[in-house]
Amino acid sequence: MAYLGVLPFLAFTGLFLLYPTWSVISGAFEDNYGVRSTAMLREIFYSPIARTAFGNSLELSLKTAVVGAVIGALFAWTLATGKPGGSFYKVSVALSSALAQFGGVMLVFAFLATFGFNGLVLTLATKYLPSSFLADASWLYSMNGLAVLYTFFQIPLMVLVFLPTLENLKPQWREASDALGGKAFEYWLRIGIPVLTPSFLGAALLLFVNSFSAYATANILINLGDYLTPLQIAIALTSETGGSNPAEAKTLSFYMVVVVVIAMSAYALLRKKVSKWEQQR
Amino acid sequence: MKQSIRVRIWRWSIISVVALYLLVPLYAMYDFSTKPFGFADQGRTFRAWQMIPSQQDLFPAITRSLITAAIVMAIILFLVVPTAIWVHLKLPVLRRPFELLCLLPLAIPAIVIVVGIAPLYRWISINLYESPITLAGVYSMLILPYTYRSLSAALDAVDIHTLAEAATTLGSSIARIIFKIVMPTIKTGIVNGSFIAIALVLGEYTISNILNFKTFQVVIAQIGRSDGNVAVAVSLASLLFVIVLLLVIPTKKRQGSVLDVDTI
Repeated sequence: MAYLGVLPFLAFTGLFLLYPTWSVISGAFEDNYGVRSTAMLREIFYSPIARTAFGNSLELSLKTAVVGAVIGALFAWTLATGKPGGSFYKVSVALSSALAQFGGVMLVFAFLATFGFNGLVLTLATKYLPSSFLADASWLYSMNGLAVLYTFFQIPLMVLVFLPTLENLKPQWREASDALGGKAFEYWLRIGIPVLTPSFLGAALLLFVNSFSAYATANILINLGDYLTPLQIAIALTSETGGSNPAEAKTLSFYMVVVVVIAMSAYALLRKKVSKWEQQR
Repeated sequence: MKQSIRVRIWRWSIISVVALYLLVPLYAMYDFSTKPFGFADQGRTFRAWQMIPSQQDLFPAITRSLITAAIVMAIILFLVVPTAIWVHLKLPVLRRPFELLCLLPLAIPAIVIVVGIAPLYRWISINLYESPITLAGVYSMLILPYTYRSLSAALDAVDIHTLAEAATTLGSSIARIIFKIVMPTIKTGIVNGSFIAIALVLGEYTISNILNFKTFQVVIAQIGRSDGNVAVAVSLASLLFVIVLLLVIPTKKRQGSVLDVDTI
């Protein structure tokens, strides 16, 4: 009888989560008429356009996840070592919560206002550094430009995710290390970094998935259908030129899910190893 | 605690680099939104800010987004929270599967959910009527992992079994236990979850854009195509609004429980 209580929730998640997921996965193995075939899977796998987009997406996500994770972790460290509950801490956390959600439309406007045509930095650069790349807005629309934009929401997300872990570092460990004559770098090398590594990797993985699935920012900034996989999916789904191609959209989505699942399984394996190792100590 | 000079230099250099990176674009937004029209390079004008109230599509879009947020919150309050409590109290066997189900959206990019839901959405809007309910359904799935995190942390902190037993002995019905006894004790967790719901719905673009739903972000993008200064002004205004809101709302370890990926 008790099982009846979860039925409404199950029905709801079934409709809005499990059904869409299933429809994507099974749809990847069908053509546009619902006939079972792997033609689309193969076609996409060997398509140079899809490969370039996938490569771009992976490169962008890896880069921004690593850069965002490192800078975000460093910034979280400055918060953790600062005065807890002070106004700097409070403002930084509030700003991070707001900016982590900042991706998309408003982010693009912020960067266009900064580096774009008639923007703040561009105006200054044309005046004082006319030969630098800042004096021309075109770099913003390249891979590097996208990476700079993505990092803008990756850093705050990292701060939010990583701060609790840093705050759980026991000050006693540092004291013990100091009392036994350990230097600062020895503390970090032998205690701090090993303890933090699993959660750091977990947070970096979250950042990777976050930028891998990001669509809004790139869509508004470059509006070029073939550049990244999420853009390609949206084009295949809605297609303003010619008929839409749901099988293609589903197959591309399937490949995206495969990448995320591989990344998450790798992380799960790592965690298992770590917890085994922790038990052995 | 006294910090050594080295640590202080490190701290301040990190802080200044990150602050420069995060704050310059925000200042540039202010600068851009007060630039005079055209290329006249002098003075400040609040033309863009004054034009915000006269944007026709903007306020219906804000209303629409807020209604969607309200529906998402209702789904959390009357579906997700009661189910989480129910599983906690009556079905400990299902705790692990329930957790996995709640964390599943972390592994599925929003755009993939859109691809899967598009046929269903089309069917609903043709055969039933176009309503924000479908959109709210998808959104509530997107924030499910975060809601789950804050809820399970809150539920673990209170001994709800004892509460429930005491209430049962005193003759409470199960509905009363869930809504009147357990839910008030995990109020902070619920408030945090709802707050994420508002932030997500107001900032969401991907799904609503592809499903042709004119939400707040979609309309900002649309304004940006005709008048950049106004769009930048609106963005900055909404960002400031969110930051002030976050500062005003009491933050008691909010992020820790909500976004801790440590236990995935």
